[in-house]
Amino acid sequence: MTTFGLVLKELRERKSQLLTSFVAIALGITVIVAVRTMSHFSEKAVAQELDNLGANVLILPKGATVSNYYTADFGDYVMPESYVDDITTSRLQGVDNLSPKLTEAILLRGQRVYLTGILPKNELKSKPIWQGAGGIFARPEGCGTVVPGSLAKALGGSAQGGNSTTGARQAVVQELGGAEVMVGSDVAGRFGLKVGATLPIKGETFTVKSVLPSTGTVDDTRVFAHLHAVQRLFHRGRVVNAIEMIGCCKEISRGLIDGLNRLLPEAKVVTIKQIAQTQLNTNTMMERFSLIFLVIILLVGAVSIANYMLANVYERRREIGTLLALGATRRTISAIFLIKAALLGVAGGVAGYALGTVLAVALGPRIAGVPVLPLPALAGWALVLAVAVSVLASALPVAKAARLDPAEILREG
Amino acid sequence: MLRAENVTKRYQRREGEVLALDRVSLEIAEGEFVSVVGPSGCGKSTLLLTLGCLIRPSAGVVWLDGRSVYGLNHEEAAKLRLSTIGFVFQTFNLVPYLTALENVQMPAYLSGLPPTKQRERAEELLRKVGLGDRLSHKPAELSVGEQQRVALARTLANRPRLILADEPTGNLDPGLADEMVGELENLNRQGVTVVMVTHDPRIAARARRSLRLSQGSIVQS
Repeated sequence: MTTFGLVLKELRERKSQLLTSFVAIALGITVIVAVRTMSHFSEKAVAQELDNLGANVLILPKGATVSNYYTADFGDYVMPESYVDDITTSRLQGVDNLSPKLTEAILLRGQRVYLTGILPKNELKSKPIWQGAGGIFARPEGCGTVVPGSLAKALGGSAQGGNSTTGARQAVVQELGGAEVMVGSDVAGRFGLKVGATLPIKGETFTVKSVLPSTGTVDDTRVFAHLHAVQRLFHRGRVVNAIEMIGCCKEISRGLIDGLNRLLPEAKVVTIKQIAQTQLNTNTMMERFSLIFLVIILLVGAVSIANYMLANVYERRREIGTLLALGATRRTISAIFLIKAALLGVAGGVAGYALGTVLAVALGPRIAGVPVLPLPALAGWALVLAVAVSVLASALPVAKAARLDPAEILREG
Repeated sequence: MLRAENVTKRYQRREGEVLALDRVSLEIAEGEFVSVVGPSGCGKSTLLLTLGCLIRPSAGVVWLDGRSVYGLNHEEAAKLRLSTIGFVFQTFNLVPYLTALENVQMPAYLSGLPPTKQRERAEELLRKVGLGDRLSHKPAELSVGEQQRVALARTLANRPRLILADEPTGNLDPGLADEMVGELENLNRQGVTVVMVTHDPRIAARARRSLRLSQGSIVQS
């Protein structure tokens, strides 16, 4: 006979009474796992959509303003291109993508247009809408909006695996050579440019590598060349006048901006509040919604377990009194009931995780409108949560059991 | 072995204070067989449980082997009960979901004996009380007499030197009651001190000494 064996024997003996509590905790965990799993993928999908809106952080030269950025009129405001490396090699968390840019005004057949130097390998992340351009602007997997490859496929998206993404990036850099440009849809229409056409810029001839699809933004009126080609044409050296950044929205609220300010004291860091705030609000709403659910369901489960354990202690008063009279300590009595509570939690946690995952995968697409996959990381949480709730809910009944007066029970006859 | 000095026990009840024991003093030597008799509600069971370190007296001292048992903390008192005292209850108090063997194993389990040793000891005791073929039976599957014998075997599991029996024959027919007292006499002959509460004068007479309790006081010894 061991304490564990004693608990198992009692559990086997009173299976039907245990069932209600098991169902309560298992259902609680089921709902939590289902909601968490669905909201996880829903948040990811929403975050991905929001990220598709573009950069949410701008890094500008110290004296430049946001209106300089939107009008593309930076004058002499520039900053070192090496800032990109500074950020990349720093320990800042939540930097999803960086797009350094150098924009200069040029005359094209007598008309003023803007030539923007970009590093295409970065651009492809911040402008997923360009993914249709030649098939090389596939959005790589990044930070907050990462979706598993299989899910991305299911979503109909174009997230690619690491190797193919790297391949695409390299292809862009290699293919958008020093004498190649991509033109916005307006520019292409206005000047009748097609792929393969040539374009004279500042005395050099560039070939149109691709015509970008319409984005409805100022980008449609621009010509894009390789950053280093623009720097060369305008004798600028290794400088840029803006770095667009996609910051993971959670990290933005956790000090990413302060970190950037400390890292780049000579630059100005601006959040595009509307986008960042929308992302933050969406995630906060989802988290609060899940939390409210979680608290209510856990309370219901805890009350049910506490109720069952209290009834169990009352029912076993004579047994407890006998054990105490025989020489059991309060610790032994507590252990008997706590082990029982923990076993109940383990069983409820395992069953709840399994059922919750099945529900989420089955109902996710209908309820949340997104494909849902099992989240193995939730299994550990479900188990810990179920055991913790079960043990904590049993604390009062256990204390009551350990404090029973054996004499009083034995004198009851 | 056992000594009570001016032991008083008062209970607070809704209808007021009840005096269960009133300055009871007694001394029981090692190897004695003492019966405690008296009318219902005179404090017999309270006295027995007080001697067994289960009811802390309102006043007075209980000494067991020269130690004041209520000077011990909860853990020490539990240890003392486990090693020295065996209880026999009128209603047997067997654990319903355990087999006869497991019920008898209980004290050995509580004292930390390994499961194999517990089983060996329990089997030996059950065979001794004639229940070698009932090891895996649960209490509900045993007759009243068999249940009492299982309870007795459980009492003996840790080889107690003092047995405190509360109405051990209260639920038994005369034949089984004689058998039960016979077992207690047998244990007493082996040197075990026995204190037995009973309301049956015929059973009480079989003890070597009898204490009569009335309204919480010893009126005859």
